[in-house]
Amino acid sequence: MKSLEELKAIRERNQGKIGVRSESKTQTRVVVGMATCGIASGARPVLTALSDAVQKEALTERISVTSTGCIGLCQYEPIVEVMEPGKEKVTYVKMDPDKAMEVFDLHLKQGQTVAKYTLATQQL
Amino acid sequence: MMTEIALNILDAAENSVRAGADYIEIDVAADTEKDMLEVSIRDNGCGMSEEQVRKAKDPFFTTRTTRRVGLGLPFFEQAAKGTGGSLKIISREGEGTTVKAVFGLSHIDRMPLGDINSTIYTLAVFNEGIDFHYRYAYDDREFVLDTKEMKQILGGLPLHNAEVSEFIRDYLDANQAEVNGRRIL
Repeated sequence: MKSLEELKAIRERNQGKIGVRSESKTQTRVVVGMATCGIASGARPVLTALSDAVQKEALTERISVTSTGCIGLCQYEPIVEVMEPGKEKVTYVKMDPDKAMEVFDLHLKQGQTVAKYTLATQQL
Repeated sequence: MMTEIALNILDAAENSVRAGADYIEIDVAADTEKDMLEVSIRDNGCGMSEEQVRKAKDPFFTTRTTRRVGLGLPFFEQAAKGTGGSLKIISREGEGTTVKAVFGLSHIDRMPLGDINSTIYTLAVFNEGIDFHYRYAYDDREFVLDTKEMKQILGGLPLHNAEVSEFIRDYLDANQAEVNGRRIL
């Protein structure tokens, strides 16, 4: 069985990162809805895809990825909200891991909103 | 309806998070002799009143203000009952809630357990302020993931640190594979 021993070595290697907190006011927050409707629609892999991408590209200081409860737009789940300091919130709807990667590349890395996936462009 | 028991567990545990729990216990145990798969989610959140417990399995009852239905627990119960099993809710205001579901292990209509490791990973890594105790058992073999114990070893290094989160994934996958052997839930 794998044990927790390995964590000691991980701690040693990352000594410089202990207790360092990101400035949350300058961070871009990415929030994924994780209520019943979101989970049933496929939010878990969307959250994982975004989080993995941010980590892989070492963007954790600039971007935080978290989950939240019911956003109130159940028919549009999975929903991803992007909140950048000083800018209006962008709500992406009916997301999947592939669309999430598009949003990651175009919006989170290049600052370009992916309009076709936003709530604003959906027919209400 | 959810397609995996693991998603029902995620949903129930997310309820615990929203209830303000700072400690959540998740138990998954398969017993071939009893032909049962037992799943429980126990928290120390705000708990529910007697009336809320009575109504919790009603799909048209919810305490949320953003919607008018609460489908998670009714779906969970339906999935369990469809295999000859049950779902029980024990809760007390101010003390916390336990949701316990029992499935017929070999029942043809039992949905797969699914990606339980992704569920546990998602809960642990994205809720740093909450301690999780997860036990996975198949007959006489089991393993435990305890985030409180992990945090003591890590001494302040967060669970979402790249190396730590990758370790959590490996730990869950490797230990589940060893407990399962060739069996699949």
